Amino acid sequence: MSAPVHADGQWPHEPEKATLEGRNKVLGFWLFLGGEAVLFGTLFATFLALRNSIGDGPAASELFKLPMIAAATIILLASSLTSVFAVQALHQNRVKSMIQWLIATVVLGFAFLGLEIYEFVEYVHEGHTFTTSAFSTAFYTLVGFHGAHVLFGVVWITILIVQVQKKGLNLVTAPKVYVSAIYWHFIDVVWVFIFTVVYLMGKVG
Amino acid sequence: MAHTTHTVKRYSGLMDWLTTVDHKKIGVLYLIAGAFFFGIGGIEAILIRIQLIKPQNTFLDAQTFNELITMHGTTMIFLGVMPIIFALMNAIIPLQIGARDVAFPFLNALGFWTFFFGGLLLNLSWLIGSVPDAGWTSYVPLASTTYSTHHGVDFYVLGLQIAGIGTLLGGINFLATIINMRAPGMSFMRMPMFTWASFITSALILFAFPAVTVGLVLLMFDRLFGGNFFEVANGGNPILWQHIFWIFGHPEVYILILPAFGIISDVVSTFSRKRLFGYSSMVFATILIGFLGFMVWAHHMFATGLGPVANALFSIATMLIAVPTGIKIFNWLFTMWGGSIKFTAANLYAVGFIPTFVMGGVTGVMLASAPADFQFHDTYFVVAHFHYVIVGGLVLGLFAGLHYWWPKMFGRVLKEGLGKATFWMFFIGFQLTFFVQHFLGLTGMPRRVFTYLPNQRFDLMNLISTIGAIMMGIGVLMFLWNVLVTSLKPANASNDPWEDGRTLEWTIPSPPPEYNFKQTPLVRGYDAWWKEKMEGNTEMQPAEPVGSIHMPSPSILPFFMGIGLFIAGFGFMFAKDDFNNALLNGLFNNYVVAGVGLLITLTCMFLRSVIDDPGYHIEKEELEDKGVKA
Repeated sequence: MSAPVHADGQWPHEPEKATLEGRNKVLGFWLFLGGEAVLFGTLFATFLALRNSIGDGPAASELFKLPMIAAATIILLASSLTSVFAVQALHQNRVKSMIQWLIATVVLGFAFLGLEIYEFVEYVHEGHTFTTSAFSTAFYTLVGFHGAHVLFGVVWITILIVQVQKKGLNLVTAPKVYVSAIYWHFIDVVWVFIFTVVYLMGKVG
Repeated sequence: MAHTTHTVKRYSGLMDWLTTVDHKKIGVLYLIAGAFFFGIGGIEAILIRIQLIKPQNTFLDAQTFNELITMHGTTMIFLGVMPIIFALMNAIIPLQIGARDVAFPFLNALGFWTFFFGGLLLNLSWLIGSVPDAGWTSYVPLASTTYSTHHGVDFYVLGLQIAGIGTLLGGINFLATIINMRAPGMSFMRMPMFTWASFITSALILFAFPAVTVGLVLLMFDRLFGGNFFEVANGGNPILWQHIFWIFGHPEVYILILPAFGIISDVVSTFSRKRLFGYSSMVFATILIGFLGFMVWAHHMFATGLGPVANALFSIATMLIAVPTGIKIFNWLFTMWGGSIKFTAANLYAVGFIPTFVMGGVTGVMLASAPADFQFHDTYFVVAHFHYVIVGGLVLGLFAGLHYWWPKMFGRVLKEGLGKATFWMFFIGFQLTFFVQHFLGLTGMPRRVFTYLPNQRFDLMNLISTIGAIMMGIGVLMFLWNVLVTSLKPANASNDPWEDGRTLEWTIPSPPPEYNFKQTPLVRGYDAWWKEKMEGNTEMQPAEPVGSIHMPSPSILPFFMGIGLFIAGFGFMFAKDDFNNALLNGLFNNYVVAGVGLLITLTCMFLRSVIDDPGYHIEKEELEDKGVKA
């Protein structure tokens, strides 16, 4: 749990946990993600309960176009990888490399968001709006909540990039970057479930 | 206590309270706000009982009655007792584990302010004139726009969402505090029971509150944005609301009662002057109750029609909870057995708690039997049951805790004689109010109905119940009088005013200095302070030399983040209203007000992220000055 703090001013092995504040932040953030898991779990349960209640609206199998969803999935999974590289750079105190990987993560995040917005606009054109049916409401709420989390994440990581450029990488900024990376992985895991439960299950009926 | 000589800006007066990140002051804020809402909820209860004092009473009309029962339940649970629990958790947990502060002082303040502004938003419904009236459970379709056309339920969904953020933050904060901030030697199995119970309660908050948040969001989307979650005509499902609400709602009752169990354990042990009997089984029982609490939600839905298999499983799971609860009851009894018991006011409440809570538990097992529940369902029997566990359990526990820790929080011991008189007034009033309600329910009086016809054998019992409620009201006023009288006395309580303190909070001044412990104590066993006393020591062994202490800076941002959400709540609620005023219409209908509110909150979050908080230090010399004075 506790990381060695080097008295000789060396960069610690796990800089995010080198101070009590950092350890609290990392632990608190994991706990927060526990709460987020319940939040998304409830949204998934709601979606599963209502996914066949399409009323007069279009069904999932008519709407979803898997190639685009697959592209969005690949983009988001890739962004998780770039964020892993960023944390590796963080651990090795390679600031420049870390910032580059963070920028790559943000760019991929925005690409994902762009695809999602395009997807939603398409659906609305096909008569699948928020108020069409219980399925459509549940769909937009679940996928929209995830999208809002991605948006929050890219804005947050962007702010952190600027901060690290101004203040440098130190024992105050390192935990911030680290927890933003955990957050990003969490969003990615949620998307894996959305891809499976919403899109794949929607396609097979 | 004020240090004024430091470079970091220090506020005084009102600004001090608005910007404080000190867990002890936040505890006081929670206590004041909680007491305020508890008072509102209490007045609502008295009005309900006055209406029911005689058959066909016209004191209130049906609509007002519905509003009162809705707001009484909602206010008492979310805004009355939970903040008072948080007050004690804030004031005591860091002291019990030997910590200088909580893990997240800033989030702690943010949690208080979001709770406060959420509660304020909910209660402003009385002034704005459309009050939630669909019951504290707010079942759909009654709470849908079809049957609830005014803004009442909007106040409910928005107020509780904002207040819920505060509760969730508090839960995370206490979990991280207890895991990371314990003093050297304070292993998990040496923690006082109140800390243990708060730890499990915080875990329940973490896993239960997001569920209700989602439920409230879904209801809000249905009501404000035309969603179809609960609209049957478009494929929605009203039963979904019941599941989501009770997946949160049942853990919620354990969120409430576990801290009371913790308080009772500490109080009974202190005033029996004995080590708590069966400490490890107590810890185990607390964890087990927390776990089972998530497995039983559908027992609130026996009459919904889930079928015999589901009902049978949930029946059995519910009855299982009686086992760990029984373990606790016997542990308290065995703690008192052979102890040299002091019946202080705090201990009277604790001892009064035990039989009262057992009665609530017994009716709980009766209700757990699904076939019997079809008879009890929606009668006063249920009302009697949950008031026995929440008032007879939790509220007596809170009074015990307040009397017990009052000197630690404020440096003054509450008047003992008046405290005991208050106990008898409140306790007898409570039994009068709710004991007869068991029989009212069995006789067939339905709950949530604003009046009844004469000569159904309801009349006398309702009269008795109302008299009891008034006595409880007088009891609360007596407690407030005690607080007032006590606050005029000099703050001269010693470190250990009960003389039999067992845990770390009794090793430091009352009230503690802002850094709590001049030197972090070394904990050498369970009941750390008692152990030192038994070995003839007059203070704890320090785990560190006297040194400079780092403290977090105060901040006004949490206050503004709360205000931002408060404004946004109103913005969303009135976004579709016609105000007969071009300016107001322009502001609300284009989501300008909602946007400004959210912008305030997000800007504060941004500022918090970019502005580093170096905090400040209390230097060694200053600590030693204090040492002389104390």
